[in-house]
Parts: sequence; C-alpha cells; structure tokens
Amino acid sequence: MTRLPVRVVPCLDVRDGRVVKGVGFKGLADQGDPAALACAYEAQGADEVVVLDVSATSEGRNARLDTVRSVRRRLSVPLAVGGGVTRAEDAAALLEAGADKVAVNTAAVRRPDLLSELATRFGRQCVVVAVDAASANGRYEAIVRSGTEPAGLDAVAWARSAARAGAGEILLTSVDRDGTKAGYDLELVRQVRAAVSAPIVASGGAESPVHMAGAIEAGADAVLAASIFHQSTWTVDGIKDALRKLGVPVRPRFREGEDAPAEVAQAP
Amino acid sequence: MTSLARRVAVVRTGTANLASVATAFERLGCAVHFVSSADGVSGADRVVLPGVGAFAAAWRAVAADGLADALRDRIAAGRPTLGICLGMQLMAAGSQEAPGTPGLGVLPGVAERYDDRVRVPQMGWNEVVPDKGCRIVPRGFAYFANSYGLKPAHAPPWRLARSRYGGQFLSAAEHGAVAACQFHPELSGAYGRALLSRWLAA
Repeated sequence: MTRLPVRVVPCLDVRDGRVVKGVGFKGLADQGDPAALACAYEAQGADEVVVLDVSATSEGRNARLDTVRSVRRRLSVPLAVGGGVTRAEDAAALLEAGADKVAVNTAAVRRPDLLSELATRFGRQCVVVAVDAASANGRYEAIVRSGTEPAGLDAVAWARSAARAGAGEILLTSVDRDGTKAGYDLELVRQVRAAVSAPIVASGGAESPVHMAGAIEAGADAVLAASIFHQSTWTVDGIKDALRKLGVPVRPRFREGEDAPAEVAQAP
Repeated sequence: MTSLARRVAVVRTGTANLASVATAFERLGCAVHFVSSADGVSGADRVVLPGVGAFAAAWRAVAADGLADALRDRIAAGRPTLGICLGMQLMAAGSQEAPGTPGLGVLPGVAERYDDRVRVPQMGWNEVVPDKGCRIVPRGFAYFANSYGLKPAHAPPWRLARSRYGGQFLSAAEHGAVAACQFHPELSGAYGRALLSRWLAA
C-alpha cells in the first residue's frame, strides 16, 4: 500500500475573525489574526491548514468569508474550512472565497444527502465530513452542534455511510480527548480506519509527536492539532523532525535549486 | 522577478474554485483575469485551465463556444498553457469517471480510477519525478487531491513526470511552454511557486 507522507495540520478555531482557542497565554494580539498564523504555520512546514469557524451570529457569517479570503491571499498550501455549512450554497461561498475543502458535521447528520450534493457539484476531494465522537457504553456516539449534542448515531457507522455518500476525507475528532492533551483516541481511529477507505485526519488531544505517531500507527493519514502550535509548545518543523526520528515519513522541504537538475533526473 | 505585470487568463470551467489559482499568480506579481470564450483563450498570452469537480460538467464548459478548438490550437503550438488537476485530465482522451465523454485528446490515454490498494481520493503530498529534459516541472513533493489519473505513455513532444500511488501514474507533462499537472501547484507551497515561476518564464 502506497502511503503518502503524513500531513501535519494546524487548526485555527476562529470566532468573528479572530483565532480564539489556545491563544492569549502571552497576550500577543497579533497571534490572533488567522491569516498571520496560517502564514506562519506554512513557513514552518504545515502541510495544510484547517479553519473551523465557531461564530454563531449572522455577523460571524460574513466575517467567516472575510477570514477565508484573507487567509487565502497569503496561504499557498491547502485550506479546509468548516463551520455553519448547512446548504450547498454555503459551501459554494466558502470555495469561492478560497477554501479548497469544506467540512460539514451537523447539517450532514441531519440530512446526509448534503454530502452527495456537495460531491456531485464540487467533487469528493472538496468534501470533508467532520465526525465528532464521544465514547458511550463501549461504543462511539456521533456528537453534533459543536460537541454539545448526541446525534443518536453510531460514530463509526456514520463515518462509513458519510464516506459512501460522498465525503472524500474524515476529520475525526474525539470530543472526550479534545483539549485534554492526553493523546488521540487511538481506538476510535482504529475502528474508523477499519470501516472506511477515505483518508482520516485525527483530531483531539494531541500534545506530542508520540501521540501523533500513535494515530498514524492506528491508521490516520494526517494529524491535526491546535493549542500546541498556538502556544508554541511545538513548531510544525519540530513535530516533523520528531516524527521522522520515530520512523514516520513526512514531507521534505523544497528549496529552489536543490531539486535534481533535469540532466540527472531519472525515470523510475 | 521578471513575472511582474504578466497577465494570466484563467478559463472559467464553471465548477472550479478559482481563488487559489488566482491568488497564487497574484502573489507572483501577475494580473489575473477570467475568460470563457474561444477569443479569450486564443487572444491571451498565458492561459490556465483549472479544474476541480466532475469531468463531465467541466467538459461541457470546455466544449461550449469553440473553447476546445482554441485550447487544442494553442497547446499544439506550444503556447503558454497550464492545465491543473482536472484541467490536465481534460487534455486526455477522456476519463473513466464519465464514459463516453471525450477530452481534448492532446495527451494520450484515459484517466483511470486508482485501484483499491490505495486510499481514494489521493489526498496529500506525493513526490514528482520529472524525466530528463523537463524544464518547467521540478522534482519534489506536490499536493494532490484526485481519484483518477493518467498512465505515463511515450508521446512526443511531451516530456513526462511520474509519481507512484499504487502503481506509477503521470503526474505532469510538458512541451514548449505547455504544462499539465495532476497535482495543484497553486497549493504546493514553495514547490508550486517554483513551478509557476518557471512556467511564467517559459
């Protein structure tokens, strides 16, 4: 099985145009600007950036598009955006503003046809289903409304049917682990890996490269983290160096002039 | 940067997210405009054929209004043209995604779905290895987001770049000032900037 280098994905939780989660320990106002942070993470070697907009207001809706535009102007790696997408038109607006992928959760649980509509219109590679899962009675339950409300669905079965319906990637968050720094829920990753062939982005609980290597071993293709980057516990480069030492393949940096000259490039 | 003030025309295929492509060229100092007519394609110095989404819908946009002939002519002449992702597949003879729908037919073969030994879609960074003589496509890791791909086939005057996903597939092809990439240079960070700069200078 060909496996691509593991993607290390910083996540920005944004409210009304400002990064809100895990920032502010040092009172650096500038650290709260999504475009500046996204740009800094790209420079550190981020393989893509996720923006999750948690604005609840209608003002937040316009701010969300402004945020996507401002991040896009500066970011030259992929940008996935989630939050508040309930109709195909919402996704179209985000894509037009500069998102490369759109993540949906609550609306897709309520109306799974949304995923097939998005896949037909924009292609599966644009469609991410955000599966928030919490452990309950020896299984995993899907949670909606920003981690607050059980959906009454088995999370693993939901991931499988969402992938069938048109999701090209699973953003898999452990609600139990989110913010705990106790590491990803590896059993959750294993169960979803066994159920779907689409790429999995593991999320929720990462504090160290060892946690990330564990998620990869469990079957994740990408590892997402937020606070460890915002709080400068780790740089993306630092994570990647550590992963490499743990035997996890990561993307080498490109430097102009260091690629093999055409004269010596070899056909495999 | 010699690309300053270069004008780049991006073909509207109706299905694509054009912001990433447009901002990537703007960061390189280019002025970007959008075209959807044969005259727009023929008259532009540099043309980008982007593509995200479904093959059949994108082909309908390209087939309309004589756009296909205008694209074939400039590709055959080696005039500066860049096909990206689905835009590359549109240059082939078709795709398994849409049996019976043709493509421009300037690249050989039909885009085939990756087999079940790999995760589909291919979503992430993969290594691009250009054959000897490639001038636009560098060696390095580029960002892919695709479920279908072409197989490398000897087809002068094209020079090929190859990658592996399950088996070998065609990750890019170039001749003259024409380049086609299965990956997204506009989302490939420093690698992508190098490729776009070389294409602008070609």
